[in-house]
Amino acid sequence: MENLVEERWPAQQTPVDLAFAARKKVLEMVHKANASHVGSCLSCVDILAALYARDGGWLEHDPRQPRSAERDRFIMSKGHAAAALYATLSLCGYFPDEWLDTYCEDGSRLGGHCTSDGVPGVELSTGSLGHGLPVGVGVALGLKKSGNRVVVLLSDGELNEGSNWESILLAPKLELDNLIVVVDYNKIQSLGRVEDVIPLEPMADKWKSFGWGVQEVDGHNIAQIMRALDRAPNTYNRPTVILAHTVKGKGVEFMEDKLAWHYKSPNDEQLESALVQIEAAYNQSVMM
Amino acid sequence: MRTRFIKTLTKLAMRDERICLVVGDLGYSVVEEFAERFPDRFVNAGVAEQSMTGLAAGWAMTGKVVFTYSIANFPTLRCLEQIRNDVCAHKLPVKIVAIGGGFAYGAHGYTHHGLEDISAMRSLPNMAVCSPADSTECEGLVRWMMDWDGPAYLRLGRNNEPILHPGDVGLATDRFPILRKGTDIVFMATGAVLGEALKAANMLAERGLQAGVVSAPIIKPFPVNAVEAIGRVTPVILTVEEHSAYGGLGSAVAEVLAETQPGARLVRCHAPEKVNAIGSQAYMQKAAGLDADSLVRRAVQAFVKSTGEHRVVRPSITIQAGSHAPA
Repeated sequence: MENLVEERWPAQQTPVDLAFAARKKVLEMVHKANASHVGSCLSCVDILAALYARDGGWLEHDPRQPRSAERDRFIMSKGHAAAALYATLSLCGYFPDEWLDTYCEDGSRLGGHCTSDGVPGVELSTGSLGHGLPVGVGVALGLKKSGNRVVVLLSDGELNEGSNWESILLAPKLELDNLIVVVDYNKIQSLGRVEDVIPLEPMADKWKSFGWGVQEVDGHNIAQIMRALDRAPNTYNRPTVILAHTVKGKGVEFMEDKLAWHYKSPNDEQLESALVQIEAAYNQSVMM
Repeated sequence: MRTRFIKTLTKLAMRDERICLVVGDLGYSVVEEFAERFPDRFVNAGVAEQSMTGLAAGWAMTGKVVFTYSIANFPTLRCLEQIRNDVCAHKLPVKIVAIGGGFAYGAHGYTHHGLEDISAMRSLPNMAVCSPADSTECEGLVRWMMDWDGPAYLRLGRNNEPILHPGDVGLATDRFPILRKGTDIVFMATGAVLGEALKAANMLAERGLQAGVVSAPIIKPFPVNAVEAIGRVTPVILTVEEHSAYGGLGSAVAEVLAETQPGARLVRCHAPEKVNAIGSQAYMQKAAGLDADSLVRRAVQAFVKSTGEHRVVRPSITIQAGSHAPA
C-alpha cells in the first residue's frame, strides 16, 4: 500500500494538478461506462482537489490509513457525482487506478452513486439526496471534542430536500464549529435551472438567518476555496457554509452550463475534444 | 414500559460511555434523568425525525451506540429512508425506540397508531426487531439489543402495562418464552396484547381446551425452528398482534409454516387496515377483534375446523342439585 501511495500521490501534487488529472479521469470513466452526471462531476472537481491534494490540500487525511482517528471526514452528499470522488481518491492513492475502469460495471465496487462498502476513502454511501448533511451533523457532534473537521458537499438542487433544512436549523444550536458545508452551486438541477424549479436566492441570506457563518467563492478558484476553508469557522461557535459558485460541466466548453450534460455521456469524438481542451487549459495555467 | 426502558438505559449508560440518546422533542418526564446525568450524550433533535435519524447514524460512526426515541410511527415511517440507507446499509449501532406500538395511544387517533412498523422494520437488512409484552421483556430486550451487532428496533408499549412474566425471561433468537403450556391450540402474541391471549387461554380452559401461550419478543431474527416445532405439536397456531395483517408476526409465522409445512393451520389475529374507532388501548383491542372474547371465538372456530372435534362448544354450566348435567 505504501508504494502505491507514493507512486500515485506524488509529494508535488498541487490542487491544480489533482483537479486536472481528476477531470480527465472523470471523462474517461463516464465515457467508458456510458454513465450520466458528467456535468455534475466537473462542477465539483476543483473543490475536491482543494480538499484532497497532497501539496496544499485542506483535509487532514492519509491514504495509507483510510480510517485513522486523526482524519477529517468528507461526506459526498451529492452522491451522483461519485465519479469525481472516486477519481480524486484513486489519484491520491486510496485504491488502484484499475478500479476506475470498472465504474458501474457488473460486480464492481464502484457504484454509480457513492459506495462506501469496500471502497477506502468513501465515508458514507449516498445517492438519495438530503442524507449527507444530517449524518454529517452527527459525525461533527461525535468529533467536536477531538477537533476533527467534517466537510459535507451538497448540490444546489439537493437543497430542495427538507431533511437538509432540519439539520441546517439544528447545527448552529449544537454549536458545531467543526462542520463545514460546501454547496456546489452550479445553478442547474435535473429538470431545469435552479431559478426555474425552486429558486434558492437569496441563498446566503437564508443560511445566515439560520445561524450559519457564510462565505461565497468562485468554486473553480482553488485559492479562494482554500482561503474560505481556512477562515472557517468565521462565526464563533457556529457551523460554516461555503457557497461555491460553479459551472455545470466546467472545463469542457460544449458541456458548460447545460442541463443535457446532467444525463448525456460523451461519445468518442466528444471525449477526445474534451480531453484536448482540458489539457490545453492545464498547460496554460501551469505556464502562468 | 417506557419507565423501565429509560431506567435500564440509564443503568447501562453508567457503565458504557458509548450509549447516547437522541429524541424527537418527546419524552417529557421520561428522558430528563438521562439528559441530566449525561448531557454530552443526549440530544433533542426537535420535531425532525429525518434529522434525528441521520444524526444518530453519524454519531454512531464516531464510535457511539445511539438510541433514537419518539412516538408510534414517527421514529420509523417518517424517516424510513434514513433508517434504510444511513443506518441499515452501513450496519450502524443505532437502536430505534418507538413508544406506543399498536394502540397504546389509542385515544390520540389514527396518526398515533403504530400498525405498520414491524413490517417496515422487518424488511430492512441487518435490522433486529423487538416487541416486548411487558416491562420484564422490555428490560431484557434493551440488554439484548446492546449485544446485537448493528441496528435494532424496539417497539414499546406505553406505561403501566401489567407484568405478564413472573420471573426472568430467557430471551434468545431460537425460542419463544412460554407462558402457558398446552397444545390443543397455541397462541403466539407480541406486545401487550399478549395479556389478552393469556385471558383467552384461561377462558378456553373452562371449556376443556388447553391452549398454549408463547410470547414473541424478538421478531427478527425469528425463531424459525421453534415455529416449526410448535407447528408439529398443535393443530392450530393463532398469532396475535396490534399490527397490520401484512408483514408482522402473523406473516413471519406464515412464511415458516408455508416453507416447512409442519401441519398446523395458521389463524392471524391482527388489526384491520384502519380501525374506525377512538379509545383506550383496551377499547381499541376490542374494536379490532383482539380482545380475549374475540380470541376465544376465533380459537374455538379454528380448533373445530382443524380437528373436526366438537368437544369444545358449550361454556361450562353450573351443576344443579339432583341433575346429572355435566359441569
